Amino acid sequence: MKSNAGKLIFWVIVTALVVAFVVSISTRAILPAAEASPQPGAEPAGLRDILFYAVAAFTIGGAAAVALSRNILWSAIGLLTALLGVGGIYVLLSADFLAVAQLLIYIGGVLVLILFAVMLTNRIVDVNVSNTSAGLYGGVLIFVAAVPVLLTVALVTPWRQQALAAAVYSTKPLGYALLTRWLLPFEVASLILLATLIGAIVIARKEIKAD
Amino acid sequence: MLQVSLPHFLVVGALLFALGLVTVSTRRNAVGVLMGVELLLNAANVNFVAFGRYMSTAADGRLVDPMSGQIFGLFVIVLAAAEAAVGLAIVLSIFQTFKTIDVRSADLMRE
Repeated sequence: MKSNAGKLIFWVIVTALVVAFVVSISTRAILPAAEASPQPGAEPAGLRDILFYAVAAFTIGGAAAVALSRNILWSAIGLLTALLGVGGIYVLLSADFLAVAQLLIYIGGVLVLILFAVMLTNRIVDVNVSNTSAGLYGGVLIFVAAVPVLLTVALVTPWRQQALAAAVYSTKPLGYALLTRWLLPFEVASLILLATLIGAIVIARKEIKAD
Repeated sequence: MLQVSLPHFLVVGALLFALGLVTVSTRRNAVGVLMGVELLLNAANVNFVAFGRYMSTAADGRLVDPMSGQIFGLFVIVLAAAEAAVGLAIVLSIFQTFKTIDVRSADLMRE
């Protein structure tokens, strides 16, 4: 274990590195590109836009709860909120089949599995897994280091957007695509699911001790 | 910039990704780390579907299949569910093991 002075020096150095990174990225990449990209005029916000902002706030609030909650159960509820919000975002992107698949598979499957795992491992509170996590301050540093780069790429890049095609019900085109152009990944995915099924059962079963 | 277009969806994806990254690196509970991984995968999925919706013409004017973003999203959902199942099976197996041996630390392979 590092001494307290050693840990302090480590965190000071890491903070200095992160601040230097963010400042250098801002001055070299973000600000020149932000001045160069065309500023769009202010357009009125319609119902779809208000819905998007509501769903986006819902999603990011849930994700923040996952990251910042002390209690693991509140994190699970935050994950439920985030997954619901992402389903709403798919609806706003005219991906209706994907939205329903997200709700069924992620919330109805993965989240229930996670809740099972949370409940089954609840009694083991003293396990000291030696994965030294970064701690809250390290998490803040990671967030501060990652967000400017990602937001810059999202906001400043001049995306060549076209006029949106009319929204179609996506189930039929998805069905055709899965059986014509994307047939091989479809079959490989079923093989992966078979391997996952067998592997999860083998890993999680209790060993029968030979007497 | 009030009207919603592609950068708005990408910003949501970016924030989800950053929060997932924070979750993976700060959580000590193994199930919490898996929750962060699910956030990361959902962020990438939002990006896939947003690009598939908003950019269906390639640089040289060819039309890209407008369903490719959603197909990719579907496969990402399938693989994420499979990976969550196996990851949670591993977590359960670790906790089953440590019920019977010393519960101090999970570093049996360390010298």
